[in-house]
Amino acid sequence: MLKLLKNLIKEPMFVIGSFLFLTTILAGLLGPSLYSAAPDGMSYESPSATYLLGTDNLGQDYVALLLRGLQNSLFVGFMAGIIATTIGTMVGLFAGFKGGLLDDILNMFTNLFIVIPSFVVLVLVSASWPEGRSLTLIAFLIGFTTWPWTARSVRAQAASLRGRDHISLARINGASNLQIIFKHILPYLASYVFMVFIMQVASGILSESAISMIGLGPIGEGATSLGVILNTAKNNSAITYGYWWGIFPAAIVITIIVFALYLLNNSMEGVFNPRLRK
Amino acid sequence: MQNDIIFSARNISKFFGHGKKRVCAVNEVSFDIADGEIVSIVGGSGCGKSVLAKIMLGLYSPEQGSFLYKGKNITDTRDHWNEVQSVFQDPFGCFNQFFSIRTQLKDAFGILKNKPSKQEIDRRVDEALLAVNVKPADIEGKYPFELSGGQMQRMLLARIFALKPKVLIADEPTSMVDACVRANILDYLMKLKDELRMTIIFVTHDIGLAYYVSDRIFIMHEAKIVEAGPPETVTQNPQSQHTIRLLEDIPDINREWIKK
Repeated sequence: MLKLLKNLIKEPMFVIGSFLFLTTILAGLLGPSLYSAAPDGMSYESPSATYLLGTDNLGQDYVALLLRGLQNSLFVGFMAGIIATTIGTMVGLFAGFKGGLLDDILNMFTNLFIVIPSFVVLVLVSASWPEGRSLTLIAFLIGFTTWPWTARSVRAQAASLRGRDHISLARINGASNLQIIFKHILPYLASYVFMVFIMQVASGILSESAISMIGLGPIGEGATSLGVILNTAKNNSAITYGYWWGIFPAAIVITIIVFALYLLNNSMEGVFNPRLRK
Repeated sequence: MQNDIIFSARNISKFFGHGKKRVCAVNEVSFDIADGEIVSIVGGSGCGKSVLAKIMLGLYSPEQGSFLYKGKNITDTRDHWNEVQSVFQDPFGCFNQFFSIRTQLKDAFGILKNKPSKQEIDRRVDEALLAVNVKPADIEGKYPFELSGGQMQRMLLARIFALKPKVLIADEPTSMVDACVRANILDYLMKLKDELRMTIIFVTHDIGLAYYVSDRIFIMHEAKIVEAGPPETVTQNPQSQHTIRLLEDIPDINREWIKK
Protein backbone atom coordinates (compact mmCIF):
# COMPACT_ATOMS: atom_id res chain seq x y z
CA MET A 1 0.00 0.00 0.00
CA LEU A 2 2.81 2.37 0.94
CA LYS A 3 4.73 1.38 -2.17
CA LEU A 4 1.70 2.18 -4.26
CA LEU A 5 1.53 5.65 -2.78
CA LYS A 6 5.25 6.17 -3.39
CA ASN A 7 4.81 5.22 -7.03
CA LEU A 8 1.86 7.57 -7.32
CA ILE A 9 3.75 10.48 -5.85
CA LYS A 10 6.49 10.05 -8.45
CA GLU A 11 3.89 10.76 -11.11
CA PRO A 12 3.66 14.54 -11.77
CA MET A 13 0.15 14.16 -13.18
CA PHE A 14 -0.98 12.64 -9.91
CA VAL A 15 0.60 15.40 -7.84
CA ILE A 16 -1.03 18.16 -9.88
CA GLY A 17 -4.33 16.29 -10.05
CA SER A 18 -4.52 15.59 -6.35
CA PHE A 19 -3.46 19.13 -5.47
CA LEU A 20 -6.23 20.61 -7.62
CA PHE A 21 -8.70 18.07 -6.35
CA LEU A 22 -7.90 18.53 -2.68
CA THR A 23 -8.06 22.31 -3.10
CA THR A 24 -11.51 22.12 -4.64
CA ILE A 25 -12.69 19.64 -2.02
CA LEU A 26 -11.43 21.85 0.80
CA ALA A 27 -12.96 24.94 -0.79
CA GLY A 28 -16.24 23.12 -1.23
CA LEU A 29 -16.32 21.62 2.25
CA LEU A 30 -15.04 24.51 4.33
CA GLY A 31 -15.58 27.49 2.04
CA PRO A 32 -19.26 28.14 2.70
CA SER A 33 -18.79 28.14 6.48
CA LEU A 34 -15.50 30.08 6.51
CA TYR A 35 -16.25 32.80 4.01
CA SER A 36 -18.85 35.30 5.14
CA ALA A 37 -20.49 36.82 2.11
CA ALA A 38 -20.44 40.56 1.63
CA PRO A 39 -23.88 42.12 2.13
CA ASP A 40 -26.12 42.21 -0.93
CA GLY A 41 -25.36 44.96 -3.38
CA MET A 42 -26.78 46.11 -6.67
CA SER A 43 -27.66 43.75 -9.52
CA TYR A 44 -24.58 42.67 -11.50
CA GLU A 45 -21.97 44.89 -9.90
CA SER A 46 -18.62 44.32 -11.56
CA PRO A 47 -15.73 42.79 -9.56
CA SER A 48 -14.34 45.16 -6.93
CA ALA A 49 -12.63 45.05 -3.54
CA THR A 50 -15.93 44.28 -1.76
CA TYR A 51 -17.19 41.82 -4.35
CA LEU A 52 -14.12 39.99 -5.64
CA LEU A 53 -16.10 38.36 -8.43
CA GLY A 54 -18.96 40.82 -8.63
CA THR A 55 -22.61 40.15 -7.84
CA ASP A 56 -25.45 38.30 -9.54
CA ASN A 57 -28.86 39.50 -10.63
CA LEU A 58 -30.06 39.68 -7.01
CA GLY A 59 -26.91 41.45 -5.90
CA GLN A 60 -25.52 38.38 -4.10
CA ASP A 61 -21.77 37.99 -3.69
CA TYR A 62 -20.49 35.64 -6.42
CA VAL A 63 -17.62 34.25 -4.34
CA ALA A 64 -20.08 32.99 -1.74
CA LEU A 65 -22.36 31.62 -4.45
CA LEU A 66 -19.49 29.80 -6.13
CA LEU A 67 -18.35 28.19 -2.87
CA ARG A 68 -21.87 27.04 -2.09
CA GLY A 69 -22.32 25.86 -5.69
CA LEU A 70 -19.03 23.96 -5.56
CA GLN A 71 -20.13 22.21 -2.39
CA ASN A 72 -23.44 21.19 -3.91
CA SER A 73 -21.93 20.10 -7.21
CA LEU A 74 -19.38 17.94 -5.41
CA PHE A 75 -22.16 16.44 -3.31
CA VAL A 76 -24.17 15.54 -6.41
CA GLY A 77 -21.08 14.24 -8.21
CA PHE A 78 -19.95 12.01 -5.36
CA MET A 79 -23.39 10.72 -4.61
CA ALA A 80 -24.09 9.94 -8.26
CA GLY A 81 -20.65 8.33 -8.50
CA ILE A 82 -21.21 6.13 -5.47
CA ILE A 83 -24.64 5.03 -6.70
CA ALA A 84 -23.53 4.35 -10.27
CA THR A 85 -20.34 2.55 -9.25
CA THR A 86 -22.11 0.39 -6.66
CA ILE A 87 -24.90 -0.69 -8.98
CA GLY A 88 -22.56 -1.18 -11.92
CA THR A 89 -20.01 -3.16 -9.92
CA MET A 90 -22.60 -5.43 -8.31
CA VAL A 91 -24.41 -6.15 -11.57
CA GLY A 92 -21.10 -6.73 -13.36
CA LEU A 93 -19.67 -8.99 -10.67
CA PHE A 94 -22.70 -11.24 -10.44
CA ALA A 95 -23.24 -11.40 -14.19
CA GLY A 96 -19.59 -12.12 -14.90
CA PHE A 97 -19.08 -14.66 -12.17
CA LYS A 98 -22.35 -16.54 -12.38
CA GLY A 99 -22.64 -16.66 -16.15
CA GLY A 100 -25.52 -18.56 -17.74
CA LEU A 101 -29.08 -17.37 -17.36
CA LEU A 102 -28.39 -14.73 -14.70
CA ASP A 103 -25.69 -13.27 -16.93
CA ASP A 104 -28.11 -13.16 -19.87
CA ILE A 105 -30.80 -11.42 -17.83
CA LEU A 106 -28.44 -8.88 -16.26
CA ASN A 107 -26.84 -8.27 -19.63
CA MET A 108 -30.20 -7.63 -21.18
CA PHE A 109 -30.95 -5.05 -18.49
CA THR A 110 -27.56 -3.42 -18.95
CA ASN A 111 -27.98 -3.22 -22.70
CA LEU A 112 -31.47 -1.86 -22.27
CA PHE A 113 -30.09 0.96 -20.14
CA ILE A 114 -27.27 1.57 -22.60
CA VAL A 115 -29.54 1.97 -25.62
CA ILE A 116 -31.88 4.33 -23.80
CA PRO A 117 -30.09 7.68 -24.02
CA SER A 118 -29.57 8.45 -20.36
CA PHE A 119 -29.56 12.21 -20.83
CA VAL A 120 -33.04 12.11 -22.32
CA VAL A 121 -34.28 10.08 -19.34
CA LEU A 122 -32.61 12.55 -17.03
CA VAL A 123 -34.32 15.49 -18.75
CA LEU A 124 -37.72 13.80 -18.94
CA VAL A 125 -37.77 12.66 -15.33
CA SER A 126 -36.57 15.94 -13.91
CA ALA A 127 -38.98 17.88 -16.12
CA SER A 128 -41.94 15.77 -15.02
CA TRP A 129 -41.06 15.59 -11.34
CA PRO A 130 -44.13 17.01 -9.56
CA GLU A 131 -42.66 19.40 -7.01
CA GLY A 132 -39.24 20.66 -6.02
CA ARG A 133 -36.17 18.80 -7.22
CA SER A 134 -33.64 18.36 -4.44
CA LEU A 135 -29.93 17.81 -4.95
CA THR A 136 -30.34 14.24 -3.73
CA LEU A 137 -32.99 13.54 -6.34
CA ILE A 138 -30.76 14.83 -9.12
CA ALA A 139 -27.85 12.74 -7.78
CA PHE A 140 -30.04 9.60 -7.71
CA LEU A 141 -31.29 10.25 -11.24
CA ILE A 142 -27.74 10.61 -12.55
CA GLY A 143 -26.56 7.57 -10.62
CA PHE A 144 -29.37 5.37 -11.85
CA THR A 145 -28.81 6.30 -15.48
CA THR A 146 -25.02 6.05 -15.74
CA TRP A 147 -24.20 2.64 -14.23
CA PRO A 148 -24.45 0.44 -17.37
CA TRP A 149 -20.95 1.09 -18.70
CA THR A 150 -19.43 0.23 -15.36
CA ALA A 151 -21.48 -2.96 -15.28
CA ARG A 152 -20.24 -3.92 -18.72
CA SER A 153 -16.57 -3.50 -18.08
CA VAL A 154 -16.71 -5.06 -14.59
CA ARG A 155 -18.61 -8.00 -16.05
CA ALA A 156 -15.94 -8.57 -18.68
CA GLN A 157 -13.19 -8.56 -16.10
CA ALA A 158 -15.06 -10.76 -13.63
CA ALA A 159 -15.76 -13.27 -16.41
CA SER A 160 -12.08 -13.45 -17.27
CA LEU A 161 -11.20 -14.11 -13.63
CA ARG A 162 -13.82 -16.83 -13.27
CA GLY A 163 -11.72 -19.48 -14.97
CA ARG A 164 -8.57 -18.77 -12.97
CA ASP A 165 -7.07 -21.43 -10.77
CA HIS A 166 -7.36 -19.42 -7.57
CA ILE A 167 -11.14 -19.40 -8.03
CA SER A 168 -11.14 -23.16 -8.53
CA LEU A 169 -9.00 -23.51 -5.42
CA ALA A 170 -11.38 -21.30 -3.45
CA ARG A 171 -14.23 -23.51 -4.61
CA ILE A 172 -12.58 -26.73 -3.52
CA ASN A 173 -11.78 -24.95 -0.26
CA GLY A 174 -15.52 -24.77 0.20
CA ALA A 175 -15.97 -21.02 -0.27
CA SER A 176 -19.52 -19.90 -1.03
CA ASN A 177 -20.34 -17.92 -4.15
CA LEU A 178 -20.62 -14.69 -2.18
CA GLN A 179 -17.25 -15.31 -0.54
CA ILE A 180 -15.69 -15.97 -3.92
CA ILE A 181 -17.16 -12.79 -5.39
CA PHE A 182 -16.14 -10.52 -2.52
CA LYS A 183 -12.88 -12.17 -1.41
CA HIS A 184 -11.45 -13.61 -4.58
CA ILE A 185 -12.78 -11.45 -7.43
CA LEU A 186 -13.54 -7.97 -6.11
CA PRO A 187 -10.04 -7.31 -4.67
CA TYR A 188 -8.56 -8.04 -8.10
CA LEU A 189 -10.85 -5.43 -9.61
CA ALA A 190 -10.62 -2.90 -6.79
CA SER A 191 -8.12 -0.58 -8.46
CA TYR A 192 -10.18 -0.64 -11.63
CA VAL A 193 -13.42 0.02 -9.78
CA PHE A 194 -11.80 2.92 -7.96
CA MET A 195 -10.76 4.50 -11.25
CA VAL A 196 -14.23 3.99 -12.65
CA PHE A 197 -15.60 5.68 -9.55
CA ILE A 198 -13.46 8.77 -10.17
CA MET A 199 -14.73 8.97 -13.74
CA GLN A 200 -18.30 8.56 -12.53
CA VAL A 201 -17.86 11.45 -10.11
CA ALA A 202 -16.51 13.62 -12.93
CA SER A 203 -19.34 12.71 -15.27
CA GLY A 204 -21.82 13.17 -12.44
CA ILE A 205 -20.65 16.75 -11.95
CA LEU A 206 -20.81 17.37 -15.69
CA SER A 207 -24.28 15.84 -16.06
CA GLU A 208 -25.58 17.90 -13.19
CA SER A 209 -24.21 21.09 -14.74
CA ALA A 210 -25.70 20.14 -18.08
CA ILE A 211 -29.24 19.57 -16.85
CA SER A 212 -29.05 22.59 -14.56
CA MET A 213 -27.87 24.68 -17.48
CA ILE A 214 -31.05 23.89 -19.40
CA GLY A 215 -33.09 24.70 -16.32
CA LEU A 216 -33.91 21.21 -15.05
CA GLY A 217 -31.48 21.12 -12.18
CA PRO A 218 -32.16 21.26 -8.47
CA ILE A 219 -34.53 23.97 -7.29
CA GLY A 220 -35.23 25.23 -3.81
CA GLU A 221 -33.58 27.09 -0.98
CA GLY A 222 -29.81 26.58 -0.90
CA ALA A 223 -29.80 24.25 -3.91
CA THR A 224 -27.39 26.45 -5.82
CA SER A 225 -25.06 24.28 -7.85
CA LEU A 226 -22.45 25.42 -10.34
CA GLY A 227 -24.87 24.53 -13.12
CA VAL A 228 -27.63 26.53 -11.48
CA ILE A 229 -25.34 29.58 -11.32
CA LEU A 230 -24.72 29.27 -15.06
CA ASN A 231 -28.44 28.85 -15.68
CA THR A 232 -29.34 31.96 -13.69
CA ALA A 233 -26.72 33.98 -15.54
CA LYS A 234 -28.05 32.73 -18.86
CA ASN A 235 -31.64 33.54 -17.89
CA ASN A 236 -30.61 37.09 -17.08
CA SER A 237 -28.76 37.49 -20.38
CA ALA A 238 -25.43 37.96 -18.60
CA ILE A 239 -23.50 37.26 -21.80
CA THR A 240 -25.46 39.72 -23.90
CA TYR A 241 -24.78 42.50 -21.43
CA GLY A 242 -21.13 41.52 -21.00
CA TYR A 243 -21.38 40.37 -17.38
CA TRP A 244 -18.54 37.88 -17.87
CA TRP A 245 -18.19 37.29 -14.12
CA GLY A 246 -21.57 35.60 -14.17
CA ILE A 247 -20.39 32.86 -16.53
CA PHE A 248 -16.64 32.37 -16.54
CA PRO A 249 -15.80 31.74 -12.87
CA ALA A 250 -18.43 28.98 -12.56
CA ALA A 251 -17.39 27.44 -15.86
CA ILE A 252 -13.73 27.53 -14.85
CA VAL A 253 -14.45 25.89 -11.49
CA ILE A 254 -16.32 23.04 -13.21
CA THR A 255 -13.45 22.63 -15.65
CA ILE A 256 -10.89 22.54 -12.84
CA ILE A 257 -12.70 19.80 -10.86
CA VAL A 258 -13.30 17.62 -13.87
CA PHE A 259 -9.75 18.20 -15.12
CA ALA A 260 -8.36 17.28 -11.70
CA LEU A 261 -10.41 14.07 -11.65
CA TYR A 262 -9.27 13.12 -15.14
CA LEU A 263 -5.65 13.75 -14.18
CA LEU A 264 -6.03 11.55 -11.11
CA ASN A 265 -7.62 8.81 -13.13
CA ASN A 266 -4.96 8.93 -15.83
CA SER A 267 -2.04 8.91 -13.42
CA MET A 268 -3.53 6.01 -11.46
CA GLU A 269 -3.94 3.99 -14.60
CA GLY A 270 -0.19 4.13 -15.11
CA VAL A 271 0.53 2.93 -11.59
CA PHE A 272 -2.20 0.30 -11.24
CA ASN A 273 -1.44 -1.12 -14.65
CA PRO A 274 2.36 -1.34 -14.85
CA ARG A 275 2.21 -2.32 -18.51
CA LEU A 276 1.19 1.25 -19.36
CA ARG A 277 4.16 2.71 -17.49
CA LYS A 278 6.61 4.56 -19.63
CA MET B 1 -16.81 -55.06 -4.53
CA GLN B 2 -18.66 -52.10 -5.98
CA ASN B 3 -17.22 -49.74 -3.36
CA ASP B 4 -13.68 -50.66 -4.24
CA ILE B 5 -13.98 -48.69 -7.45
CA ILE B 6 -13.34 -45.00 -6.77
CA PHE B 7 -13.78 -43.58 -10.23
CA SER B 8 -15.62 -45.25 -13.03
CA ALA B 9 -15.74 -43.58 -16.42
CA ARG B 10 -17.67 -44.91 -19.40
CA ASN B 11 -17.20 -43.21 -22.76
CA ILE B 12 -16.94 -39.73 -21.32
CA SER B 13 -16.40 -36.77 -23.63
CA LYS B 14 -15.91 -33.08 -23.00
CA PHE B 15 -15.93 -30.32 -25.58
CA PHE B 16 -15.04 -26.67 -25.51
CA GLY B 17 -16.26 -23.90 -27.76
CA HIS B 18 -19.02 -23.87 -30.35
CA GLY B 19 -19.43 -24.49 -34.05
CA LYS B 20 -16.25 -24.69 -36.09
CA LYS B 21 -14.06 -23.85 -33.14
CA ARG B 22 -15.43 -26.74 -31.13
CA VAL B 23 -12.55 -28.65 -29.65
CA CYS B 24 -12.79 -32.09 -28.15
CA ALA B 25 -10.67 -32.17 -24.99
CA VAL B 26 -11.65 -35.63 -23.82
CA ASN B 27 -12.95 -38.12 -26.37
CA GLU B 28 -14.86 -41.27 -25.41
CA VAL B 29 -12.61 -42.17 -22.53
CA SER B 30 -13.34 -45.17 -20.27
CA PHE B 31 -11.49 -46.38 -17.22
CA ASP B 32 -11.85 -47.64 -13.66
CA ILE B 33 -9.67 -46.57 -10.77
CA ALA B 34 -9.66 -48.73 -7.68
CA ASP B 35 -9.46 -47.61 -4.07
CA GLY B 36 -5.89 -47.12 -2.86
CA GLU B 37 -4.45 -47.23 -6.35
CA ILE B 38 -1.88 -44.80 -7.74
CA VAL B 39 -2.58 -43.99 -11.35
CA SER B 40 -0.59 -41.67 -13.55
CA ILE B 41 -2.10 -40.01 -16.57
CA VAL B 42 0.77 -39.26 -18.90
CA GLY B 43 0.65 -37.28 -22.10
CA GLY B 44 2.04 -34.34 -24.00
CA SER B 45 0.85 -30.76 -23.64
CA GLY B 46 -2.73 -30.20 -24.69
CA CYS B 47 -3.69 -33.85 -24.79
CA GLY B 48 -6.60 -33.30 -22.42
CA LYS B 49 -5.10 -34.74 -19.25
CA SER B 50 -5.77 -31.63 -17.14
CA VAL B 51 -9.37 -31.52 -18.34
CA LEU B 52 -9.76 -35.16 -17.37
CA ALA B 53 -8.37 -34.25 -13.93
CA LYS B 54 -10.94 -31.47 -13.58
CA ILE B 55 -13.72 -33.88 -14.52
CA MET B 56 -12.59 -36.21 -11.75
CA LEU B 57 -12.56 -33.27 -9.40
CA GLY B 58 -16.09 -32.34 -10.39
CA LEU B 59 -15.20 -28.89 -11.68
CA TYR B 60 -16.28 -29.93 -15.17
CA SER B 61 -18.94 -32.44 -15.93
CA PRO B 62 -18.63 -34.63 -19.01
CA GLU B 63 -21.08 -33.90 -21.82
CA GLN B 64 -21.40 -37.52 -22.83
CA GLY B 65 -21.00 -40.82 -21.08
CA SER B 66 -21.26 -41.59 -17.41
CA PHE B 67 -18.80 -40.68 -14.72
CA LEU B 68 -19.27 -42.17 -11.29
CA TYR B 69 -17.53 -41.62 -7.98
CA LYS B 70 -17.96 -44.60 -5.67
CA GLY B 71 -20.76 -45.78 -7.91
CA LYS B 72 -22.69 -42.50 -7.78
CA ASN B 73 -22.95 -39.40 -9.92
CA ILE B 74 -21.23 -36.34 -8.51
CA THR B 75 -24.22 -34.23 -7.49
CA ASP B 76 -23.10 -32.34 -4.42
CA THR B 77 -19.68 -30.92 -5.17
CA ARG B 78 -19.08 -29.94 -1.53
CA ASP B 79 -19.53 -33.56 -0.51
CA HIS B 80 -17.21 -34.55 -3.29
CA TRP B 81 -14.46 -32.11 -2.29
CA ASN B 82 -14.73 -33.24 1.30
CA GLU B 83 -13.04 -36.42 0.08
CA VAL B 84 -11.47 -35.57 -3.25
CA GLN B 85 -8.87 -32.81 -3.33
CA SER B 86 -6.45 -31.52 -5.87
CA VAL B 87 -3.12 -29.85 -6.53
CA PHE B 88 -3.44 -27.56 -9.50
CA GLN B 89 -0.95 -27.14 -12.25
CA ASP B 90 -0.01 -23.47 -12.09
CA PRO B 91 1.15 -22.60 -8.58
CA PHE B 92 1.40 -18.87 -9.39
CA GLY B 93 -2.27 -18.61 -10.26
CA CYS B 94 -3.59 -20.70 -7.40
CA PHE B 95 -3.44 -18.36 -4.45
CA ASN B 96 -5.26 -15.13 -3.91
CA GLN B 97 -2.59 -12.47 -3.81
CA PHE B 98 -4.50 -10.36 -1.29
CA PHE B 99 -4.34 -12.81 1.59
CA SER B 100 -1.38 -14.33 3.39
CA ILE B 101 -0.41 -17.89 2.58
CA ARG B 102 -1.13 -19.11 6.06
CA THR B 103 -4.65 -17.67 6.06
CA GLN B 104 -5.31 -19.42 2.79
CA LEU B 105 -3.95 -22.72 4.03
CA LYS B 106 -6.27 -22.44 7.00
CA ASP B 107 -9.18 -21.50 4.71
CA ALA B 108 -8.83 -24.88 3.08
CA PHE B 109 -10.35 -26.49 6.17
CA GLY B 110 -13.63 -24.80 5.26
CA ILE B 111 -14.48 -27.75 3.05
CA LEU B 112 -14.21 -30.36 5.77
CA LYS B 113 -17.46 -31.54 7.29
CA ASN B 114 -15.91 -32.12 10.69
CA LYS B 115 -13.98 -28.91 10.98
CA PRO B 116 -11.18 -29.29 13.52
CA SER B 117 -10.64 -26.76 16.31
CA LYS B 118 -8.47 -23.66 15.76
CA GLN B 119 -5.48 -25.13 17.60
CA GLU B 120 -5.84 -28.36 15.69
CA ILE B 121 -5.89 -26.48 12.37
CA ASP B 122 -2.75 -24.55 13.33
CA ARG B 123 -1.02 -27.73 14.36
CA ARG B 124 -1.92 -29.53 11.14
CA VAL B 125 -0.80 -26.59 9.01
CA ASP B 126 2.56 -26.48 10.79
CA GLU B 127 2.97 -30.21 10.41
CA ALA B 128 2.13 -30.02 6.70
CA LEU B 129 4.61 -27.18 6.15
CA LEU B 130 7.38 -29.20 7.76
CA ALA B 131 6.47 -32.11 5.52
CA VAL B 132 7.24 -30.00 2.45
CA ASN B 133 10.57 -28.77 3.89
CA VAL B 134 9.34 -25.30 4.79
CA LYS B 135 9.76 -23.88 8.26
CA PRO B 136 6.42 -22.38 9.37
CA ALA B 137 8.26 -19.24 10.50
CA ASP B 138 9.57 -18.71 6.95
CA ILE B 139 6.15 -18.11 5.49
CA GLU B 140 4.69 -16.28 8.49
CA GLY B 141 2.99 -13.14 7.20
CA LYS B 142 4.15 -13.84 3.63
CA TYR B 143 1.97 -13.21 0.60
CA PRO B 144 1.86 -15.46 -2.46
CA PHE B 145 3.82 -13.05 -4.68
CA GLU B 146 6.72 -13.14 -2.23
CA LEU B 147 7.37 -16.83 -2.83
CA SER B 148 9.08 -18.62 -5.71
CA GLY B 149 7.32 -21.08 -8.00
CA GLY B 150 8.82 -24.02 -6.17
CA GLN B 151 7.75 -22.69 -2.79
CA MET B 152 4.22 -22.05 -4.04
CA GLN B 153 4.00 -25.56 -5.33
CA ARG B 154 5.06 -26.80 -1.92
CA MET B 155 2.31 -24.67 -0.36
CA LEU B 156 -0.23 -26.39 -2.61
CA LEU B 157 1.09 -29.74 -1.44
CA ALA B 158 1.11 -28.57 2.16
CA ARG B 159 -2.57 -27.84 1.72
CA ILE B 160 -3.13 -31.48 0.80
CA PHE B 161 -0.96 -32.74 3.66
CA ALA B 162 -3.00 -30.64 6.06
CA LEU B 163 -6.39 -31.69 4.67
CA LYS B 164 -5.54 -35.39 4.28
CA PRO B 165 -8.16 -36.18 1.62
CA LYS B 166 -9.23 -39.69 0.62
CA VAL B 167 -8.47 -39.07 -3.04
CA LEU B 168 -5.81 -36.77 -4.43
CA ILE B 169 -5.70 -35.53 -7.98
CA ALA B 170 -2.30 -33.99 -8.52
CA ASP B 171 -1.76 -32.06 -11.74
CA GLU B 172 2.01 -31.71 -12.27
CA PRO B 173 2.56 -31.44 -8.52
CA THR B 174 6.34 -31.28 -8.59
CA SER B 175 7.13 -29.55 -11.88
CA MET B 176 8.81 -26.58 -10.23
CA VAL B 177 10.75 -28.04 -7.33
CA ASP B 178 14.30 -29.40 -7.46
CA ALA B 179 14.99 -33.12 -7.58
CA CYS B 180 15.91 -33.39 -3.91
CA VAL B 181 12.71 -31.74 -2.66
CA ARG B 182 10.74 -33.74 -5.17
CA ALA B 183 12.05 -36.99 -3.72
CA ASN B 184 11.14 -35.79 -0.21
CA ILE B 185 7.65 -34.78 -1.25
CA LEU B 186 6.98 -38.03 -3.07
CA ASP B 187 8.30 -39.92 -0.09
CA TYR B 188 5.92 -38.09 2.22
CA LEU B 189 3.02 -38.56 -0.19
CA MET B 190 3.68 -42.30 -0.21
CA LYS B 191 3.77 -42.35 3.58
CA LEU B 192 0.49 -40.47 3.71
CA LYS B 193 -0.97 -42.83 1.13
CA ASP B 194 -0.09 -45.86 3.25
CA GLU B 195 -1.42 -44.21 6.38
CA LEU B 196 -4.75 -43.10 4.89
CA ARG B 197 -5.11 -45.65 2.08
CA MET B 198 -5.29 -42.63 -0.18
CA THR B 199 -5.99 -42.96 -3.88
CA ILE B 200 -3.66 -40.76 -5.93
CA ILE B 201 -4.03 -39.71 -9.52
CA PHE B 202 -0.95 -38.06 -10.94
CA VAL B 203 -1.30 -36.00 -14.07
CA THR B 204 2.10 -35.49 -15.60
CA HIS B 205 4.12 -35.36 -18.78
CA ASP B 206 7.02 -37.05 -17.01
CA ILE B 207 6.80 -40.74 -17.77
CA GLY B 208 9.89 -41.33 -15.61
CA LEU B 209 8.13 -40.04 -12.48
CA ALA B 210 5.03 -42.01 -13.44
CA TYR B 211 7.08 -45.18 -13.73
CA TYR B 212 8.50 -44.86 -10.23
CA VAL B 213 5.32 -44.08 -8.31
CA SER B 214 2.38 -45.63 -10.13
CA ASP B 215 0.46 -48.86 -9.97
CA ARG B 216 -0.91 -48.16 -13.40
CA ILE B 217 -0.15 -45.70 -16.16
CA PHE B 218 -2.64 -44.25 -18.65
CA ILE B 219 -1.07 -42.77 -21.75
CA MET B 220 -3.17 -40.01 -23.27
CA HIS B 221 -2.87 -38.65 -26.76
CA GLU B 222 -5.21 -36.24 -28.54
CA ALA B 223 -8.06 -36.60 -26.04
CA LYS B 224 -7.97 -40.40 -25.94
CA ILE B 225 -6.37 -42.92 -23.64
CA VAL B 226 -4.19 -44.82 -26.07
CA GLU B 227 -2.59 -47.23 -23.66
CA ALA B 228 -3.14 -48.34 -20.07
CA GLY B 229 -1.39 -50.84 -17.90
CA PRO B 230 1.14 -51.45 -15.12
CA PRO B 231 4.30 -49.35 -15.45
CA GLU B 232 6.54 -52.27 -16.35
CA THR B 233 4.34 -53.35 -19.23
CA VAL B 234 3.85 -49.83 -20.51
CA THR B 235 7.52 -48.90 -20.42
CA GLN B 236 9.09 -52.19 -21.45
CA ASN B 237 6.58 -53.44 -23.93
CA PRO B 238 4.78 -50.38 -25.28
CA GLN B 239 2.04 -51.06 -27.78
CA SER B 240 1.09 -47.59 -28.93
CA GLN B 241 3.46 -45.50 -31.05
CA HIS B 242 2.66 -42.49 -28.84
CA THR B 243 3.99 -44.36 -25.81
CA ILE B 244 7.13 -45.27 -27.73
CA ARG B 245 7.65 -41.61 -28.62
CA LEU B 246 7.16 -40.48 -25.03
CA LEU B 247 9.70 -43.06 -23.88
CA GLU B 248 12.19 -42.13 -26.56
CA ASP B 249 12.06 -38.50 -25.63
CA ILE B 250 13.20 -38.97 -22.04
CA PRO B 251 16.55 -37.21 -21.78
CA ASP B 252 19.36 -39.58 -20.87
CA ILE B 253 22.82 -38.44 -19.83
CA ASN B 254 24.53 -41.29 -21.67
CA ARG B 255 22.68 -40.89 -24.91
CA GLU B 256 22.56 -38.24 -27.57
CA TRP B 257 19.16 -36.67 -27.05
CA ILE B 258 18.69 -33.94 -29.59
CA LYS B 259 19.78 -35.14 -32.98
CA LYS B 260 22.14 -32.68 -34.57
